[in-house]
Amino acid sequence: MKTISEHVLDIVQNSVRAKATLIEIIVEEDKINDLYSLIIKDNGCGMSSEILKQATNPFFTSRKTRKVGLGLALLKQNAENAGGFFSLKSQEGEGTTVQAVFQLSNIDRPPLGDIWDTWFYTLLSNTHIRLIYRHQTIFGNFEIDSKEVLNMLEGVSLQQKEVKEAVIELIINNLKEIKGLK
Amino acid sequence: MTKIKSVADLRKIKEEVQSKIKLRENSDHAEQLVQVKVGMATCGIASGAKETMKYFVEELEQQAIDAVVTQTGCMGYCYAEPTVEITLPGKDPVVFGYVNKDKAQEIIDVYIKRGELIDGVIPITFKTIDE
Repeated sequence: MKTISEHVLDIVQNSVRAKATLIEIIVEEDKINDLYSLIIKDNGCGMSSEILKQATNPFFTSRKTRKVGLGLALLKQNAENAGGFFSLKSQEGEGTTVQAVFQLSNIDRPPLGDIWDTWFYTLLSNTHIRLIYRHQTIFGNFEIDSKEVLNMLEGVSLQQKEVKEAVIELIINNLKEIKGLK
Repeated sequence: MTKIKSVADLRKIKEEVQSKIKLRENSDHAEQLVQVKVGMATCGIASGAKETMKYFVEELEQQAIDAVVTQTGCMGYCYAEPTVEITLPGKDPVVFGYVNKDKAQEIIDVYIKRGELIDGVIPITFKTIDE
């Protein structure tokens, strides 16, 4: 995957399949310790300890349509290649937390990419899931919560061009403000 | 136009849109809509499924075709990603492979609008994956 956003789009699908109703995407840039951390946390069905051990094995998947499962394996590889680490915690019945930490200044750390599209299109397909995206840099914090957005829209479709453009603009403007676009 | 920076700013846009259009209640008659499902697992994303999905959303909106565009999992045709499953009202789902922007355009123009099949259908007895 070429960007953090593509990884997010991918990993979030795991949470969707785990029947999560709340998914949090948290990006934290830590200049002092030179770390860039991505956390994806859900309240889905979780995994047993046996499955958890297998989860980053590229030849393991819970799907029946194919025999490989590369999503977590690729994210782990990317984090480790960029001087970081990867951790996966899960509790059956409670949810799963994926964390990938990159070295912020590392040349192999993928750029953030179009996280606004990731957030928007994931929400468009899963409006029943509360999708929170939080981004923290030394310049400030930004948070967007799908519950707030959908409540405000009062049934006006997200697919409406004006609404779509406005939501995407909102995210980009805020990320610019906290210099979180890289 | 002022910069949109908060959910409160979004409200203004919503009110403009609301006054302009009659609300389409998609969810109430989903079976009468064209359903587009874009394969969005690791294989799809790596092959550019996000661009394909964006294109379908934009183009169908532009042409005012009543459709629901959603993501789906891997259908097992990783070699042919991005894959798209199209269900026209009252018909069985059809899966197309290698759907880039050009192919998406062709699918909209020929299959969705006129109902004629085109090349690129994955010819296997297919059932919608249930997840």
